[in-house]
Parts: sequence; structure tokens; C-alpha cells
Amino acid sequence: MTQHSRRFKILQERDINRETFVEPWPEAGLTVTDSPFDPLPSLRVVDGQVVELDGRQRSDFDILDLFIADHALDLSVAEEAMALPALHIARMLADINVPRTEVLRIVGGCTPAKLVEIIRHMNVLEMMVGLAKMRVRRVPANQAHVTNKREHPALLAADAAEAALRGFAEIETTVGVARFAPFNALAILVGSQTGRGGVLTQCSVEEALGLQLAMKGLTTYAETLSVYGTERSFIDGDDTPWSKAFLAAAYASRGVKVRFTSGTGSEALMGHSEGRSMLYLEARCLLVVRGAGSQGVQNGSISCIALPESLPGGVRAVLAENLLAAMLGLEVASGNDALASHSAIRKTAKLMLQFIPGTDFIFSGYSAIPKADNLFGGGNFDAEDFDDYNVLQRDMQVDGGTRSITEDEALAIRREAARTIQVIYEELGFPSISDEEVEAAVVAHASTDMPVRDVVADLAAAESFLASDKTILTVVEALSRRGFTKTARNILEMGRQRVAGDYLQPAAIFDQQFHVQSGINAPNDYGGPGTGYRLDGERWQEVQGLHQVQSPRDFIADRIGVPVAQLAELGVAQRGSSGEVIVAVGPAFGTELTQTIGGLPHEDVLAAILTGIAREGLTARVVKVYHSSDLAAISHAGSEISGSGIAVGLQSRGTTIIQRRGLARLNNLELFPQSPSLTLETYEAIGRNAALYAKGEPTTPVPIRVDNWARLRLIVKTTLLHRRETEQIRDQPPTELYFDWEPDV
Amino acid sequence: MSDKLRYPLTEHAADQLHAKSGRPFDAITEQAVQDEALSIADLQINAETLRAQAEIARRAGYSQLGANLARAAELTLVPDREILRMYELLRPGRASYEALMELASHLEHTYDAHESAALVREAAGVYKMRGVAQASS
Repeated sequence: MTQHSRRFKILQERDINRETFVEPWPEAGLTVTDSPFDPLPSLRVVDGQVVELDGRQRSDFDILDLFIADHALDLSVAEEAMALPALHIARMLADINVPRTEVLRIVGGCTPAKLVEIIRHMNVLEMMVGLAKMRVRRVPANQAHVTNKREHPALLAADAAEAALRGFAEIETTVGVARFAPFNALAILVGSQTGRGGVLTQCSVEEALGLQLAMKGLTTYAETLSVYGTERSFIDGDDTPWSKAFLAAAYASRGVKVRFTSGTGSEALMGHSEGRSMLYLEARCLLVVRGAGSQGVQNGSISCIALPESLPGGVRAVLAENLLAAMLGLEVASGNDALASHSAIRKTAKLMLQFIPGTDFIFSGYSAIPKADNLFGGGNFDAEDFDDYNVLQRDMQVDGGTRSITEDEALAIRREAARTIQVIYEELGFPSISDEEVEAAVVAHASTDMPVRDVVADLAAAESFLASDKTILTVVEALSRRGFTKTARNILEMGRQRVAGDYLQPAAIFDQQFHVQSGINAPNDYGGPGTGYRLDGERWQEVQGLHQVQSPRDFIADRIGVPVAQLAELGVAQRGSSGEVIVAVGPAFGTELTQTIGGLPHEDVLAAILTGIAREGLTARVVKVYHSSDLAAISHAGSEISGSGIAVGLQSRGTTIIQRRGLARLNNLELFPQSPSLTLETYEAIGRNAALYAKGEPTTPVPIRVDNWARLRLIVKTTLLHRRETEQIRDQPPTELYFDWEPDV
Repeated sequence: MSDKLRYPLTEHAADQLHAKSGRPFDAITEQAVQDEALSIADLQINAETLRAQAEIARRAGYSQLGANLARAAELTLVPDREILRMYELLRPGRASYEALMELASHLEHTYDAHESAALVREAAGVYKMRGVAQASS
């Protein structure tokens, strides 16, 4: 019979085992950084023209080779760069004494194979240091995805407003049905500019439609200009490096910020990897991106993330592609925009590689909505992880680009955004948004919380809006007339900024005063400890200020009541005769503290212990130990004066020991460290056992319930209760207490 | 460095900026939207500003971005519909070598778009060599 391990069965059911892990297979492109078919680095330039690139002669160049050779490489530094050992350049990346600008200069002359060779010398930690140094913008930021399954305009506006308030610097939407594009773009523009002026927005759709939206002023950036690492996959993507370069210029000519998209795994998925490693193909992509003049790239495997993750070193390779992009001077929106794992452990660990060093946009789409409403397929983190993410920032003192908001703030901004889009629909003659829909959007979590709209009417209106000459100016005029001044001004300001074009520069974002921050005026100047961006000052205060944070000062107020009336001090406790048990309590017991951590009144706890002792026919004396708050010391002092030598030590928070005179201080008969789990029944059993020990009878230890989480949950309270007990310490011998109580035995 | 090249332009050269329509940057106001029936051209970037941004990018070491913004400056003159058509022609298999060469000449002669024309001409040559162009009729 085949044996089965119960442990393996449990492991098999873990989330991590819903995922696929395979061995590398280079011929199929299933290898992340090392394929035996990857070329060796080489570059030969004759009369200013590249005639050999990574082992291939110019006559054999494919479209990517040609584009890279003629547009992406800085030939003035190429000879120097290619002559430097890859290991040397890898060390430059990790060396705090080599500035970013020097690395940029050298990398400008590196071929794709050379770039990959540099990475092969680096471990994850070194790459993270490199990324922290090479990121374009001084301060990291974050991007949100806002979509919903029903494409409900009030919900889109409300979610965009909340995302803007939560600190996202860019918001991207897309469509389920393409014809919704102008309405979805409008809704997130209106929502974001209501939540926080200066948030850049985009709507991911087919290029021609995307340009049309931009031309109406509805979007300010475009991100989904996809490139691929082999000729066949590029052509299958229905573009060439030249068509993409032209498109980039077309967008910029309309004042639209452009970011390309690439990522490991796409070529293998499309069946055209040519046996090359994913990272080598990504290096080619990134040089095409640079050559085409895009200011930045969205990479980090993006929607293919599960493919590199199925292979050894996959998550490292994804970090490597982010780093390569930054080394090439490109703004990096570093992925984390697709479900990276079923396992919360794995998805978070993966995130850390971008989160800790900080990238220009840590997510190229944090799902600021629930997974089910994400028309991009879901992000690595989503709306249900907001609090987790904010805690991670606070834990590590790392700026992840978001902030915690209160429920009231969320409700207010959502209402404002939903009402604003309602007014726009009314003024522009779109199918009306009812007050009921507005209110539903205020409190909604998901589109399933929303009333259903007439999709046919909405689509017809969206189409005629697109075809009409209505633009954001129509929107600004209407809002201004109806008194929605803040949103009107912010939308107009987005339009004015388009005229100036400052946000076309690398890694540009706006703060809420519409001050641009980019690689030109706010470049990353990290050069080791004490340099670069530090999370401090006001922003650190903001990150600390989670909505869940409480003041510890009144944290134990509910454990401090009126001093227990039945307790009175009698004088210095004397050594007793046999046949008694001492109950030794801590210095705050019944006075400065009156309840245990579990909320049991001190007089009830005392009564329970004494009842247990009485039931065994013994008497007890209660003494208060003043010279220490330490439980070992308290019970030790009790045992010293106990006639039987047996004492029950009891701290005010409820932690208990049964001690016998003569045992080493840190030894004991029974210890009950988990005070939150102790009940009055347990305390009575403790009293009974103490009496049994005193009588010298065989004793079964008191069974206790173990709550693994108690310490985690209650450690702050424990600390504060103990601090209060410690404050009562006096240089005074144990004092006998009179307890006005009769056993009911 | 002239104010025109001091970044960000909104902070250092706002008084020298104009929208594509010719409207001064400082005259794009909420009041103007109410009173003067602005058109979308009042919210569009002009060639001169794009050239300034191109130069700013180049001087900061972003030469390829600079080249892109210089092409963008040229393309401000190309109408929306036509710019989409041009992009479409550059996609794989859409146009013959001759048609692309013709597009390059059109860019040069109609819009004075020399950099963009050079990009299209280069594409024509590559497409022909790599079999990406439509077969000539």
C-alpha cells in the first residue's frame, strides 16, 4: 500500500501549490537569463556605422538589430563600454561611489548581450541597490488601475477620486467594450481631478482610439505601446520599431506623455523566442524603447508574470529587467500589475524587489478596485490590500507612494466625484445618472453594488460624444457654470500643462500644486547612506498616520477602575505556619490596576484562587509584593513567607505561577504565561493545585488553553500594563492584605 | 541659458509660452473658458515649445527622447486624421516601399518635417530588405 504523509497533504493544499513550476527548456524560450543560444556580446563600428552587433553581421541584422544599431546605441562611448568587463560594470551599479550619471554614460554604449552579461554577475540584493541608484526620479511614486465590470461612470469616478486621494500619481483605466472608451476616460479624469489635482490619467485602448481620446484632452499619457524582442513577435504585434517611434512622436505632438510596454516572457508566449533567454530579448526591447525616444517603459513581465515565475530565477529576472530599463535612463513603471501568485507570501515577497529600492512607479497598475472588477485581469495587490500596503510602508519606512485615508474622507471624496460626473452627464446630455446611483457609488466596494444602467443608451451616447466636437473644455465650462470650481480648475490645469509639455520629460509627475517633478528637475541623487530621497519629515508623518493607529496613552484605561474596596493593607507580612498557601500579588494589584488583561476583575480572580485553596481545606493569606513587578520575584517572595512553602504568584495583568520555596528563581511548579486565556475556572484550579502541593499530594498540572495569537494581539497592552505595575514598585517588604470575602465552600 | 530652456517652462518661461492656437499660456483661464469660447487648439502644445522641450531633454543627456520630441514638433502641423493614416501606413504590410517613400516626401514637402521624413525613409529601406513592406504593385 502506498503511504501518504498527512503533512504532505496539508502542503499540497497550500496556495503555493496551485502554481506551476517547470524546468528550463531553452529551445522553447523557457529560460529566464541564460540560454545556450544567447549570443556573446560584440560590437564593431566602421565609419560611424554598426557593422556587427552581438555576433551578427549587418547583412544579417533583423529589424530590431537595425533599429538598435542606428538609434539606441551611443557610439561615442561604445568602444569604451564594450571593452570594460561586464563584472566591472556590475560593480559600478552596486558601488555607492559611482554616481548614476557615470553608469548611464557607460551603459549607453552597451549591446543587448552585454547588458545581460552585466546582470549575470549580480544577485538580487545588488540589483536592488542598483535600482535604488538608477531610478530616474528622486522620489518613487505609484500608479493605480481603476476599471469596473459594468463600466459604471459614477463608480469609475468615485474609485478614481479615492485612488487619487490615496496618493496614486497616475491612474489608468481601460474598457470591456471598446466603445465605452471616451466615457471611461472622462470618468477617471473627473474622478482623479476631484480627488487630487495633478494626477495623470490614461485609457488603454487600441492606438488610433487612444490618440483620439488624447486629442479631446481626455487623457494625458499613453502607456501601452508594446514592443517585443524578436522580429516575428514584433510583426505579430502588428508594429515595427519605426511605426512605434512614429506613434510616440504622434502622441508627443499632441502633448501626451508616452511610456512603452515590454516584459519578459511575451516572445515565448507568442511562439517566437528563437531560443533566446527572456532577459536577452527584454534587453533588445529596452534598446528599441530607448531608440524610439520613449521617456520610459512599463516592464517587469507585466501580464506574462506567471511565465518567468514558473522557472528558476524568474522573480530575479523580473527585477533584472526593471534594472536594465533604469540603467538605460528610462522611467520604469515596474509591473506588479498582474496577479503574481495565489500565495500571499509569494506575491508580497515578489513585490519587495521593487518596493524596497523604489521605482518611478512601483506598480504599473495597483488595482485600486477589487480583483473581479479589474478589466486588466487583476493586480498583484488590490483594493482589499490597501491597509496591508500602507502598513508595509510604515513598517519599513519605505515610500510606496500611497497614504492611508479615513472612511469619512473616502465617503466624502467619492460623493463629490460621483455628483460631479452626474452633473457632467446632465449638462452634456448623456443618459442621466440618478441620485440613487450616486449614493450607491459612494458606499460601493464593487460594481455588483451598483444599479444596472442602460448599456445600449450609454454606448450610443459615448459614440456620439467621441464623434462630436465636445472636449474637456465643454466639461470645464459646464462644471464651472454649475459651481464645481475645484474640479473645473484642475481639469483645465491639466489642459494648460499640456500646452507647456513639462510632463513629457522623463518620469514626470505632478504634485497637488501642479509642480512637475521629473528626471530633469528632480533627478535621483542616491549615492549611499545619507544621500538621495529619504522618507522623513511630513511625508513620514503621513505614512505613520494609518487610520488604525491609536494613542498608547489611554490604551489600558479600561483596565484601570476604582480600587478594589474589599482589599486593605494590614502591615508587614510575617512568615506563616504550615497548612497555608500564600497568594502573592503584584504592586498595582487591586489599586492602580483593577482588571487582568483578559478583563477579569481582580477581586473575582482572587476569590477564585482562594476558593480553590479552601476546597482542599487549606487556608490562604494574601500578600502584596512591592519590591518587584517581576513574576518570579513576586512568587519567590510569597514562597519565602508561606507556612507550607507554596505560593501562587499573581501579576496584575493576570499572569500566574505556582512556586515552592527552595526552587531556583526561574524554576517553578506550574507557570501560566498566557494570561488572556485564563478564566475564573482556571484560577480556581490553580488555587486547588497550590493547596495539593502544600499538602504534598500527587497533582496533575492544570490544563490550559493555548492561543498562539494572544501575544501578537496583546503585546502592546501587556507592555503598558506591566509598565504601570512597575511604576508602583517601592522599597518595602511584602505587605499582608485583608480581603473582605468568605469562601462559598 | 535662455528662459525658454529653463525647466520647468511653466515656472520659468510661462510668459513666453503659447498654445497651438497662438493664445498666450497665461490667457488660458477659467474666465476665458466662460467668456471666450476656447477651442481645443487653445489646449494644444505648439512646435516651438516641443522644440524647447527636445533641447531640454538633449542637454540633460536624453538624446533619443530629444529626437522624438523634435519629430513631435514637426508633427504638430499634421492634422489628426492624417497622422493616424501615416501611422497606419508604417505598420507591417500596409504600404509598399514606394508608398512609404512617397509618405516621406509628403512629410518633407507639406509639413517641413525633415526628421520624421528621415525616419519613414529609413523604415522604407528596412521594410523592403526584411520583407515587411507590402509587395510593390
